[in-house]
Amino acid sequence: MIELTVNGQNRRLEVDPSTPLLWAIREQLSLTGTRFGCGVAQCGACTVQLNGTAIRSCVTPIAAAAGQEITTIEGLAPSEDELHPLQSAWIEHQVPQCGYCQSGQLMSASALLAQNPNPTDEDIDAAMAGNICRCGMYGRIKSAIKTAAASQAQTAATVGFFDPAEQAGQEVTGG
Amino acid sequence: MGKWTRRGFLTTAALAGGGLGIGIALRPGNRLPGLAKHVAGDGDTLLNTWVMLGEDNGIKVIVPHSEMGQGAGTALAQMLADEMDADWNLVTFEEAPAIEDFANHSMGHGMLLAGADLPDMIVPSADGLMIKAAQALDLQITGGSLSVRTTGEYGMRTAGAAVKQMLKTAAADAWQVSADDITARSSHLYHQASGRSAPYAEFATAAADIAPPVKPTLKKPDQFTIMGTHVERHDIPAKVDGSAQFAMDVQLPGMLYATVQRAPTFGGGIERLDDARAREMAGVVDVIRLPAAEGGGIVGAYAVPESVAVVADSYWTAKNGLAALDITWSQTAQQALSSDDIFAQFARDIAARTDRASDVEQGDLAGAMSSATLTVEADYQVPYLAHSCMEPLNATASVADGRCEIWVGSQNPLGFRGEVAKTLGLDVDQVQVHNCLLGGGFGRKAVADYAVQAAQLSQATGKPVQLIWSREEDIRQDRYRPAIASQFRAALDESGDLIGWENTYVDKHEPAEAPLIPYAVAAQDIGHVASPTHVPFGAWRSVDHSQHGFFTESFIDEVAHAAGEDPYAYRADRLKDKPRHLAVLKKAAEAADWGTPLGKGRGRGISLQESFGSLVAQVVEVTVENGETRVDRVVAAVDAGFAVSPDGLSAQIESGIAYGLTAAMYGEITIENGAVKQSNFHDYPALRMPDAPSIETHIIDSYAPVGGAGEPGTPGVAPALANAVFDATGVRVRRLPLNRPEVKLQIEDRASA
Repeated sequence: MIELTVNGQNRRLEVDPSTPLLWAIREQLSLTGTRFGCGVAQCGACTVQLNGTAIRSCVTPIAAAAGQEITTIEGLAPSEDELHPLQSAWIEHQVPQCGYCQSGQLMSASALLAQNPNPTDEDIDAAMAGNICRCGMYGRIKSAIKTAAASQAQTAATVGFFDPAEQAGQEVTGG
Repeated sequence: MGKWTRRGFLTTAALAGGGLGIGIALRPGNRLPGLAKHVAGDGDTLLNTWVMLGEDNGIKVIVPHSEMGQGAGTALAQMLADEMDADWNLVTFEEAPAIEDFANHSMGHGMLLAGADLPDMIVPSADGLMIKAAQALDLQITGGSLSVRTTGEYGMRTAGAAVKQMLKTAAADAWQVSADDITARSSHLYHQASGRSAPYAEFATAAADIAPPVKPTLKKPDQFTIMGTHVERHDIPAKVDGSAQFAMDVQLPGMLYATVQRAPTFGGGIERLDDARAREMAGVVDVIRLPAAEGGGIVGAYAVPESVAVVADSYWTAKNGLAALDITWSQTAQQALSSDDIFAQFARDIAARTDRASDVEQGDLAGAMSSATLTVEADYQVPYLAHSCMEPLNATASVADGRCEIWVGSQNPLGFRGEVAKTLGLDVDQVQVHNCLLGGGFGRKAVADYAVQAAQLSQATGKPVQLIWSREEDIRQDRYRPAIASQFRAALDESGDLIGWENTYVDKHEPAEAPLIPYAVAAQDIGHVASPTHVPFGAWRSVDHSQHGFFTESFIDEVAHAAGEDPYAYRADRLKDKPRHLAVLKKAAEAADWGTPLGKGRGRGISLQESFGSLVAQVVEVTVENGETRVDRVVAAVDAGFAVSPDGLSAQIESGIAYGLTAAMYGEITIENGAVKQSNFHDYPALRMPDAPSIETHIIDSYAPVGGAGEPGTPGVAPALANAVFDATGVRVRRLPLNRPEVKLQIEDRASA
């Protein structure tokens, strides 16, 4: 029995502890938005977040996620009727083609923006290098990340709290 | 129209003039059982196979093509909706079910128009008979960059215009006015004199009783309101929240998971199998040998070797079970064969010229060669390539009670249905294919082997089975882009003019025109010799253009340099009677600032390729440092006749370039001991973001017949890249990929010389 938190919900799984997180998420929890691409952490299609850090779920034994917080693509949007700024930007830039890699791209990108709200091109390259898109939509992905970063910054400025780029160290007054 | 019959359908289609199924009026009580469930409500009327008008005035367009990222559904719906003068906000679309009534006959027609090779039984009948032949051949294929240029141009637009005309006739009847005085706008009909107006839906039922017009009037480009505008793709929202359904996302009650392996050496089988250890593993349900078989269909007959599958309660268990099998593979005649052997065979066969067949033979080549002031000779090679779609091959099948349901991502759903039926011993009517989104296709998913395996495993176990190939199996059991070699000789006169072009290559497939050149050269002999290998081959994005584009556009560059001329100007001088070619070439060159100086270690290369009815010119900029090439920028100009969906066309060109760049930079499937050496993305790399150049696409609308989008971006990037490397370093790359150690050594040698 392994217990973990997935998209904010506590889940208990009867599963061999060596099973990669990917297959437990897909087969046991029916969260099929996380994709299988290579099985050896080479393509990034299976990217989820473990305590906010992007990881490759195809090589992460579920035992390593015990007691931890996992976020999948299904948990990226803040609520049912709201999209994450990256998801909106992905639509605005018409990023996906076949779409198979995009859950992983979004989970890598959202981990980046959570840690670095105003990334440079080099920061984006470094954070996204592990995610292959065989449709080759890298230019659009990069543009969409920048759009989302800008929209987050604007939202933060409008509501008057926490712009980490300018107000590092100040207390967070809202969320 | 009377009762719907097959004959009625054919008649209607023939009357439509283009061999098209535009006008099947299906009224309540007169519906094909197979279609009935696609007409959701009692008030819905299916006006013909491709358009459904709902009581709420909503329009559903039924698209007979797979969605594999190309966004064809959106572009096709735009074409139909525009001709119908529909309100785009009311338009939705879905993929047609895999039944023959939706087969995209217009694709067959387009292939005929394009002169592509089709079986002889079809070729003489470019009319209504075509439809019957196409049905027999199970055409519901997505490939050949044909969706928009055939289904769209010949089918969707006609269907939309016909529906609008039928609605107008019905309204004229109801209002007792002349149909000519009725105007259509935004899914409503208006009669100005009487001030009457009504939504389309009001006349849907009446319109369904009206025979479709023989030749509905199509709009002129200046009347387009939806075509040529930017609309958002309908499939994208589900692709950003994880809800998009690929075949692997299907979960059926009691479903088992399986994975599979074939002999690594093509053609090999299982000599001995010890599955005791696998069968002891907790969760393993069965170990099943699937016998060798023959596949077939529109792609031609092909051998499917024996395979072994492990079926288990999870994919992970199945994978571990497969690894626990002790298998001795049988020996084959190709057991020791390597890529070097294959390229040596190509060189021998080219030299021997045995049974050489000409694609083009014009002018006096021998005379040109003997009178030449200068001749240029070069040999080129390209390796085998895998498709490596992001989504590994997979299918989910449920065989029970003499029926089979199968969930799969397929470029050829009707063909898959036929092959599954044949293998299981069922009638095609007993097999239902649910075609899901494709996580990339690129040609691989036109071949049904993986779907057949899933069906066999479900039949054998009596349970639903989800079969997932490992990435390793996906790369090692592909239908590869063929490795080929090509030999060139050019004759130049004293002024540097190109007076003779001789080319002999191995292994011709499709399209036939791929090795031809657009340039004015009086004497030409382009031909091929056979040089078969044991490596299974298939269609790969842009098919033969992917090889010949690199060859011909590199060699013309060599010729230009040999003549001491600028490669852009040299090409342009030989395109004087081809204004569309010249226009894209010029556009790309100007947009890329051709001719302006670049710094040390930098270079530019240009290419021009006509393929699938579209013209694409590309300029690639590179920086070469320490023998390593970085692609900085790609500028493309495309003339696809008319860009129905401009952003969609740009996206396809970007994608085609990235796909071609992956191949040009890193793509190499190597044969060792008769088998593929590579296995996953670590040794069969793909372009990643840090190495991806900026790509600019410039669209020219020439209003020539609409061309393809999915493939034409791919062929031209490799030659433009190799030409840029030459510009930067003086090293000519005649064998891909660029990251071969030999290339780096040559560049370093040249730099230190």
